[in-house]
Amino acid sequence: MADIGADFDTRFSACPACDAAPLAERIAGRAGADRGDVILSLPTAHCAACITDVERALIAHPGVRAARVNLSLRRVAIEAPGLSADDLIPLLDRIGYPAHELDPAALTATTADRQGRDILMRIGVSGFAMMNIMILSVAVWSGADAATRDMFHWISGAIALPTVAFAGQPFFASAWRALRARRLGMDVPISLALILTSAISVFETVHSGPHAYFDGVVMLCFFLLVGRYLDYRTRAVARSAAEELTALEVPRAIALVDGVETPVAVVDLAPADLILIRPGARVPADGVIETGSSDIDRSLLTGESVPVAVGPGEMLSAGEVNLTGPLTLRVTAAGRDSALARLTALVAAAESARGRYTSVADRASRAYAPVVHLLALASLAGWLLTTGDARLALNVAAAVLIITCPCALGLAVPAVVTAASGRLFRRGLLIKDGTALERLADCDTVVFDKTGTLTMGTPQVVTLDGLDARARAVALTLARASGHPLSRALAAALDGTAPADVSDLREVPGFGVEGTWQGRPVRLGRGDWTGAAADDVAAAPGGATWLGLDGAALRVDFTDRLRPGAAACVAGLKARGLRVMLLSGDGPAAVADIARRLGIAEWRAQATPQDKAAAVADLAGQGARVLMVGDGLNDTAALAGAHASISPASALDAARVASDMVLMGVDLAPVAEAVGVARSAARRIRENFALSILYNIVAVPFAVAGLATPLMAALAMSLSSVSVTLNALRVR
Amino acid sequence: MEVLVFLIPVSLGLGGLGLLAFLWALRNRQYEDPKGDAERILSTEWDDRPRPGKPGSDGPQ
Repeated sequence: MADIGADFDTRFSACPACDAAPLAERIAGRAGADRGDVILSLPTAHCAACITDVERALIAHPGVRAARVNLSLRRVAIEAPGLSADDLIPLLDRIGYPAHELDPAALTATTADRQGRDILMRIGVSGFAMMNIMILSVAVWSGADAATRDMFHWISGAIALPTVAFAGQPFFASAWRALRARRLGMDVPISLALILTSAISVFETVHSGPHAYFDGVVMLCFFLLVGRYLDYRTRAVARSAAEELTALEVPRAIALVDGVETPVAVVDLAPADLILIRPGARVPADGVIETGSSDIDRSLLTGESVPVAVGPGEMLSAGEVNLTGPLTLRVTAAGRDSALARLTALVAAAESARGRYTSVADRASRAYAPVVHLLALASLAGWLLTTGDARLALNVAAAVLIITCPCALGLAVPAVVTAASGRLFRRGLLIKDGTALERLADCDTVVFDKTGTLTMGTPQVVTLDGLDARARAVALTLARASGHPLSRALAAALDGTAPADVSDLREVPGFGVEGTWQGRPVRLGRGDWTGAAADDVAAAPGGATWLGLDGAALRVDFTDRLRPGAAACVAGLKARGLRVMLLSGDGPAAVADIARRLGIAEWRAQATPQDKAAAVADLAGQGARVLMVGDGLNDTAALAGAHASISPASALDAARVASDMVLMGVDLAPVAEAVGVARSAARRIRENFALSILYNIVAVPFAVAGLATPLMAALAMSLSSVSVTLNALRVR
Repeated sequence: MEVLVFLIPVSLGLGGLGLLAFLWALRNRQYEDPKGDAERILSTEWDDRPRPGKPGSDGPQ
């Protein structure tokens, strides 16, 4: 946990993007850039046809040398020198595959990942040794004796000892680390069992004894390595997901140095610098507008769904998006001092408040190790005292160690987590933290953010009834001339209408679009600019635009579009008995409307980031386990402070870093399903522990009584491991 | 029982062969995309002729 904490510290230091960018750029320059590799995540790819479609579409594009889909990771690696992800993403969008850019540096780290292959190799070696020793052991169990048995023991030993020395290394290394830190982990009893049992078996073989545990030792190695590998896989997926999501959006700004546009890195900006912000760009630093006017999208910072018009002299904060006109900005605070950085500092505070969660596996191994050691030691002492036979006493102690060894315990959690996260991954949910599933299963309250989470953050026309055919044609032409979100939504709604012939089209940033139609001026935009009555302007809380035509202003109302699956998600969560709440930074009218459409009874509007974090902390104080679902920077502190958290892939990177799970697709329905899967997984984990403890309760008395045979050890071990794995696969 | 002199080395040798095959597959990165490889066999792309390009390099890794 400590290193994860350190990781968060560096990420949240002040401005996550500023910290990551130079590093990512450096790595990309070294590894990826010269080969021109682009890596995209493909959350919806799932079949052979998807592979063919994506690869064919990419290779057909000029400049693409090669493209290969990795379906297990849902990624496509593209070799295309000179092309960037921005050129390729629309290509895939057109054939119906949404794609997100990934950091090539993160992928280089994953492919170069030797650790996974190293464990796989050890599994292969111990599996080979296990099978061969098992064949020889069958002869011994079925009654081979004297010279034959000794020969089989010798051959088994010759295979088993090098195998244990090689395949057991991860356990020895980890046990050594634990001992040096004066702790007893799960690996100390494992290593002790491996070493003591191997030694006793060699001793028995030399003295022609009847019992040698070579088969048991190697089998123990094999099953434990499988558990270790599953655990590693889950963690690697989580880690690469976290890396993946810190998208390589190298933040750049255009500085005006003596009137000349010069691209600079955002980290190099200083107060009093003059920067140019083009329409569509994100504001890189806090500042005051010097010249120009435009509309600003603040939804990621405040949750407001309607863009705000701004002009010279007004303050902008880093993270806002400029929509319509170019602006020049005098920087007042950059990097660590900006509003964005102050918000991320809130996150760091909330993160430490969540505290350290101890997983079921940790608690189990903490209770388990001392019991095993005491049991083995007690049987050694007991047999030594009663019989005085050191060889017999050591044999019994070795048998106790190998039978109690946590084969099934080592598999109990990783097998369930792998099965459950694989299932959620197929539904488009990435799990970033190993204990996230367990925490999600505990949750009894869900807090949603509105803009960008329950809604798409894109407006939708309520009705076109106010416009006649003539007005529609004019509105379409005017709307097509603007990049403002409301105009785009209107143009989409009017698709299919024949556009009117409007001349002298001109966008007035911050106001709207105007032109000349049949010799008369026409306008589309703000109410006061198009000539709408003041009370009409006040009556449009959810966002509206006006068409000024022939002296009249016609109002078009907009509403925020619901995210697909939002209704199903809320209904599913309620059906599972969770309390659903809505906390938004948007105005009361818009929030009430969404709450009513989704059937959410408890909602709050105009909540600041601090309010959200405080509300989550309050709920936790009342004993509720909160699942926070949000995407904006204003949700980040609440995401970090909640018991478990989910954010959509469209969220700001700070929000994705702060949350445990990330929704890769657009559909929100998997959130409700995830709660179900997590609860089922938690149940299977408990069942698995019960199963392996049951096996121990049955087998340990035999071992302590000195009645255990290598056959029994092998049976108990394989039966418990197989039943635990099968139970894990029942996760639904 | 003399037959064991042959049988045991033969069985160990065969097992070792399997182990070597596994290690070879591992080194060839054949475990990087098990799901994709399972699906790729269903694709009719390149059924008529082999994919052009250097053998063993089909795209960026």
